[in-house]
Amino acid sequence: MRAAIFGATHGMGRAIARRLSERGDRVFILGIDDDDLARSAADLKARSPQGHDVGVAVCDLADTGTFAPALQAAEDALGGLDAVIVTAAVFATQEALEADLARTEVLLRLDFTNTVVFCEHARRRLQERGGTLCVFSSVAGDRGRKPVVLYGAAKAGLSAYLEALDHKHHDAGLKVVCVKPGFVKTGMTAGLKPPPFAAEPEAVAKLVVRAIDRGTPVVYATPIWRWIMLVIRSLPRFVMRKIGF
Amino acid sequence: MREAAGETIAGWGNVPVPGHERLTEDLEGATREAILCRGLGRSYGDSSLPPPGAREVLGTRLADRILDFDPETGRIRAEAGLSLFELNRLFLRRGWFAPVSPGTQFVTLGGMVAADIHGKAHHVDGCFASHHVQRLRLRVADGSIVECGPDREPELFAATCGGMGLTGHILEVDFDLRSIPSPWIMAESRRVADLDQFLAALKDASSRLPFVVGWIDCLSRGRSMGRGILDAGRWASAEEAGGRPVPWKRRLTFPFMLPSWLLARPTVQLANFAYYWKHLPKVRRGLRHPESFWYPLDVVREWNRLYGRRGFTQYQCVIPDAAGRDGVVRFFELLTARGGASFLCVIKDCGPEGRGLLSFPRPGISIALDIPVRDDTQALVDALNERVIAEGGRIYLAKDTFTRAEHFRAMEPRLAAFTAVRDRWDPERRIRSAQSVRLLGDPP
Repeated sequence: MRAAIFGATHGMGRAIARRLSERGDRVFILGIDDDDLARSAADLKARSPQGHDVGVAVCDLADTGTFAPALQAAEDALGGLDAVIVTAAVFATQEALEADLARTEVLLRLDFTNTVVFCEHARRRLQERGGTLCVFSSVAGDRGRKPVVLYGAAKAGLSAYLEALDHKHHDAGLKVVCVKPGFVKTGMTAGLKPPPFAAEPEAVAKLVVRAIDRGTPVVYATPIWRWIMLVIRSLPRFVMRKIGF
Repeated sequence: MREAAGETIAGWGNVPVPGHERLTEDLEGATREAILCRGLGRSYGDSSLPPPGAREVLGTRLADRILDFDPETGRIRAEAGLSLFELNRLFLRRGWFAPVSPGTQFVTLGGMVAADIHGKAHHVDGCFASHHVQRLRLRVADGSIVECGPDREPELFAATCGGMGLTGHILEVDFDLRSIPSPWIMAESRRVADLDQFLAALKDASSRLPFVVGWIDCLSRGRSMGRGILDAGRWASAEEAGGRPVPWKRRLTFPFMLPSWLLARPTVQLANFAYYWKHLPKVRRGLRHPESFWYPLDVVREWNRLYGRRGFTQYQCVIPDAAGRDGVVRFFELLTARGGASFLCVIKDCGPEGRGLLSFPRPGISIALDIPVRDDTQALVDALNERVIAEGGRIYLAKDTFTRAEHFRAMEPRLAAFTAVRDRWDPERRIRSAQSVRLLGDPP
């Protein structure tokens, strides 16, 4: 497989890039920081059994102008793309967002608008010859909940977009994989106390890579969240008003 | 970061102090403010715990990228949070292994340098940092980044090898992996009836084989005092291994804290008896899986829960060659007289001392025991320490929770040289740990 990974320098993106490299796939990584990209590229090359070189391109989720050139660089370096994986996103607690409207605006724009714009760029490239678009949404988008009013809203929008994309393009050969992680122990969540069922990034990567191989449209990571969210979605409003979850 | 009320952090011995760990992928950025770094928290005592006044340590295990690997020479450079487990997972089947490996693979490179770890091969290969690390990148106390190695800032390097992370935050580690003929071990284990035979068997095995370690039933007394099982081996040749792949092992997790009273003397006696006689033939030879040879305890994750909520401490000391066989006998006599019940008692003869200013091993017999925490643990450790001082030996900081500052000073003539390096690089003692407050008199 030839995959471009946006967000591969950190957390779950890092784990996925490693898993692909370790089994011999060729990867190209996109991220904000030059130095950080170079370090991750070295890591992935060392893990690749064939010692594949790993190309990099600067791509900033805050700057939509960087999307097309970065994807073009990936396509040129790999000689075509079989998968585009998007783990890049920003996160802040509900408390922090309520206190800072500017931060809220940035989060909503990056996690919804700009992510969708990036996906549209990727879709056009993948659609021509068939391929997989794998994007990280969140269980937070499955139902409006108190601790994730804003972050959850952005992710709900993203999930809806990915679902419709699958409906529209599935028969033409575009596979869309929407990943919905629960709490995962990464640098992004480092300040938070891990709740029950918190997962390691490696476990998520294993599920995601399998979903990409099989073209599974929705993957909960880990699978227990499918059942937790099924219950949460079916709770009546008066209960959701009472509980803090 | 906020700290939840009552949050505590502990070493592998599960003896907690107030505080928490802040994890980071960006070691270079986060170390600017850090008091202390912590890897996978496998040091038993308080080496990786924050001083009482700081309450936060920086967790390095997410900073785990390999920055360079040369498949021709085996030279590797990586971020300090890379674990030995990951290194083995990636490189064992490609024919490479760490130059020195401790008894668990759940340690980071940074931790391996900080404790200057040794392993079953100490008598031939020495310690990890002292003998094999080529270059370290450190964030020192004034905020600058310094590169050191055997040929660059050698004093700082020597103090950092085994310096428990007190000389600077370790950012990157550069060393050579060793090429191995196959991933399998050709092992030889031997049931030994008493201490004299054990010491002789250690010498004999060490002269023939590169990997040697022994387990002793330290509850046995009288004529069978010091009986146990000696485990030795070498890498199997490609022909012996026959090209068979190494299956990756599933691990079990010890599911809950065992009640502390369960580890009373009769239970340990029974377990030791069973373990000793399970090895029915006098000598066993054959191919062994590398994980079960190098890391027998890693098979059960969180096995430290075995010791219950009060936790345990490990006591590891080296009785120097000068004290001889009688020194070792005196140590075991004191231990059995005080009834120090221990499942695990590991014995090994060490090779020459390394470059590290506080590095643990020196020529002699190293003894490591698990001691469950009880009301009298402090008194037991005091007594053992007095014995070790009398024999001219010393203890291993990575294991220690209970040693008193005056005892440590008495067993460490090298302390002045270590302090001099810290005076130069960190006169205000910005970088410190619960252990350095306890043993070196750092400000809380």
